[in-house]
Amino acid sequence: MSNSPIDQMDVHSSDLEAAQHNVDAAGDGAGAEGINQSPEIAAQPGHRTEIMSMQQALNLALREILGSDPKALVLGEDVGVLGGVFRITDGLQNEFGAERVFDTPLAESGILGMSVGLAMAGLHPIPEVQFDGFSYPAVNQIVCQLARMNYRSRGTLPMPVTLRVPSFGGIRAPELHGESLESLFAHVPGLKVVSPSSPHEAYHLLKYAASRPDPVVFMEPKSRYWQKGEVVFDDGISGSNGGSRSHGGASASTAVSSGATVASANLGSKVVRTGKHLTLIAWGAMVSRCLQVAELAAEDGIDIEVLDLRWLKPIDAEGLAASVGKTRRAVVVHEGPLTAGLGAEVAALATEHCFGSLKAPVERVTGFDVPYPSGDLEDEYIPNIDRILFGIQRVLEYRRG
Amino acid sequence: MTAHSVPHSDGETGAGETGPSGKEPTGKELRALYQLMVAVRHLDTSAVAWQRQGLIPGYAPELGQEAAQVGSGYAVDLSRDFVFPTYREMGVARAMGVDMVGYMSTHKASWHGGLYDPVKSRLAPIQAVVAGSVLHAVGWAHGQKLSGLPAEKQGVAVSYFGDGASSQGDVHEAMNFAAVMKAPVVFFTQNNGWAISVPTERQVAGGSVAARAAGYGIPALQIDGNDVVAVVRAMRTALAHCRAGYGPMVIEAMTYRRGPHSTSDDPGRYRTLDSESADAGTDPILMLRDRLLAEGLADEAFFAAALESAKVEEEQVRAGVGALAARPGSEMFDFVFQESTPALTGQARRWREESEHV
Repeated sequence: MSNSPIDQMDVHSSDLEAAQHNVDAAGDGAGAEGINQSPEIAAQPGHRTEIMSMQQALNLALREILGSDPKALVLGEDVGVLGGVFRITDGLQNEFGAERVFDTPLAESGILGMSVGLAMAGLHPIPEVQFDGFSYPAVNQIVCQLARMNYRSRGTLPMPVTLRVPSFGGIRAPELHGESLESLFAHVPGLKVVSPSSPHEAYHLLKYAASRPDPVVFMEPKSRYWQKGEVVFDDGISGSNGGSRSHGGASASTAVSSGATVASANLGSKVVRTGKHLTLIAWGAMVSRCLQVAELAAEDGIDIEVLDLRWLKPIDAEGLAASVGKTRRAVVVHEGPLTAGLGAEVAALATEHCFGSLKAPVERVTGFDVPYPSGDLEDEYIPNIDRILFGIQRVLEYRRG
Repeated sequence: MTAHSVPHSDGETGAGETGPSGKEPTGKELRALYQLMVAVRHLDTSAVAWQRQGLIPGYAPELGQEAAQVGSGYAVDLSRDFVFPTYREMGVARAMGVDMVGYMSTHKASWHGGLYDPVKSRLAPIQAVVAGSVLHAVGWAHGQKLSGLPAEKQGVAVSYFGDGASSQGDVHEAMNFAAVMKAPVVFFTQNNGWAISVPTERQVAGGSVAARAAGYGIPALQIDGNDVVAVVRAMRTALAHCRAGYGPMVIEAMTYRRGPHSTSDDPGRYRTLDSESADAGTDPILMLRDRLLAEGLADEAFFAAALESAKVEEEQVRAGVGALAARPGSEMFDFVFQESTPALTGQARRWREESEHV
């Protein structure tokens, strides 16, 4: 179970520019193993599907949001003519005009503070912070204003703001271009946090987040931007997205209205690989890595379930408990530092709900309590296949007493 | 303290006369302004007494800033403009006709943002973060252009902040954003000389917030903030400038915080009574009173009636504030989201079971 090859799925661009400019080329070489499709959604007959990269899926989602919601706006640094440094907003200004897709001056607090005011004026801003670490200058506005305005105003000034944050590591980027901020944001009352793991999730979760009346921090795994996967387009409307669970208690099978079905398809966690020996819990770029780990473990006869948590706030405690309760073992994997990371919350929830059936303490395989290192060392920092396998091994070999 | 203008960077502002009476307040308006300022002064000093009596846990007095607050709030068009206050804007709120019990509820510790309806009253929730809402004004103002409203229905955002707040980076970002986007924002600075214990000269490099506007290409007025006529005139000029599509404008109203920063503050630790009387300038209410007398617009009976009316109002507000019960604990949970989460709903249920025993 050790000395496995390092994950070949992630794009390890030699420099940032390559990541920014390989819009069309990147992802093509990923081949079949780059296509991350969940078994639950792939086999639905009669659904229109398309293979596309996460960048394309996000771009398409934004295009459809702008096309259907006249109050929606896209703003940020270089999101206009350039189409964003990751090209997520490519072509949107041309299509929807410079009033609805606009470049701001280079100041993140300004972008977020302005978004709060735009929302107070009744608009639906979709601001982009160019890189995760650039959220830090905006934390005052995110934490003290965006997250609290609905509360402060007693619900009279909702904040339908979807904050897009290219997140996590894996692209050999400069300092503060590879932060994992989910636990920071999840700790703030008033914010919701979600991270897509695949083009399918990216498309649907972004459209869903942008349709909601509360602020959502949308953490895009930038190392997955150029990986292709299958997007099922009528997912949600049909209500046949069997892997999904609703936070609101309404499951796909009991949902009666189209709206409730869309919610049930887009809320909660999703089992992306079923298994019976252990549950790997992950989000963002770590989901595809955990799927790889599961395949490797299967060669040793270990049947691993992979749970894509998707929503990092609210966490789908029910879905988590259902999976861990079944497998009775859990390893949570994330890129952010260990201490007070979201893995602690996941472990606490799993323990609270499954204490009687757990065969071992919930294991955490995470980044370290160090500043995110330079590119040469990032593979030592981000949980790799070997470290995840070691975590699995610790859980499988755990003996009480 | 003499009013003077900072030269406009782009010359003529293009601002036209506004309202039925133009920029200059009419005699009738001056009488109304006096009544408002007396009502605000009385309510303000009463609120300090309320705190000493235990009716409210704390208060941030605006004593001395009545002209700056009432004059600017009075000029706002409540049918379309939107105002972004700090935590020391009672006079603005009163001039705008905001429910004073709802406003004072923030100082009763009922609800941080106040219990008034910010949408209907056109006054954003009370803001505790210094310079926290200045960028919101820019976003709201830019949103007017994107709102699809006809031009005559598009409003101006009025952003209030102090000399201390001018040190915050958000003020720079806000002015830069607003100027780049030509957003209709009036940046209304009350330079009251003190940021708690730190005087303006150790706060504002160059000595003037208005002077900074030139760097953004924003026209600015530095005015005598104790002269309500100058305040109304400047505010109407700035609002007309914004409405005409020329972008933002800065007003720096030079005034003086005659009281403590808050009811917890002790100014004796950082300034003397002698310096207070030397630096405070003319009392804004006395200045207007002299003007009304000089112009034959009012007499002693009018002044006495204004004070009587203020006392009646204060009694009503005091009774309303005193009657404010603590909000239901369920409201802690109710307003976090528009769409609550299972975790939060679960916490609310547990709170109810363990604290309300139901």
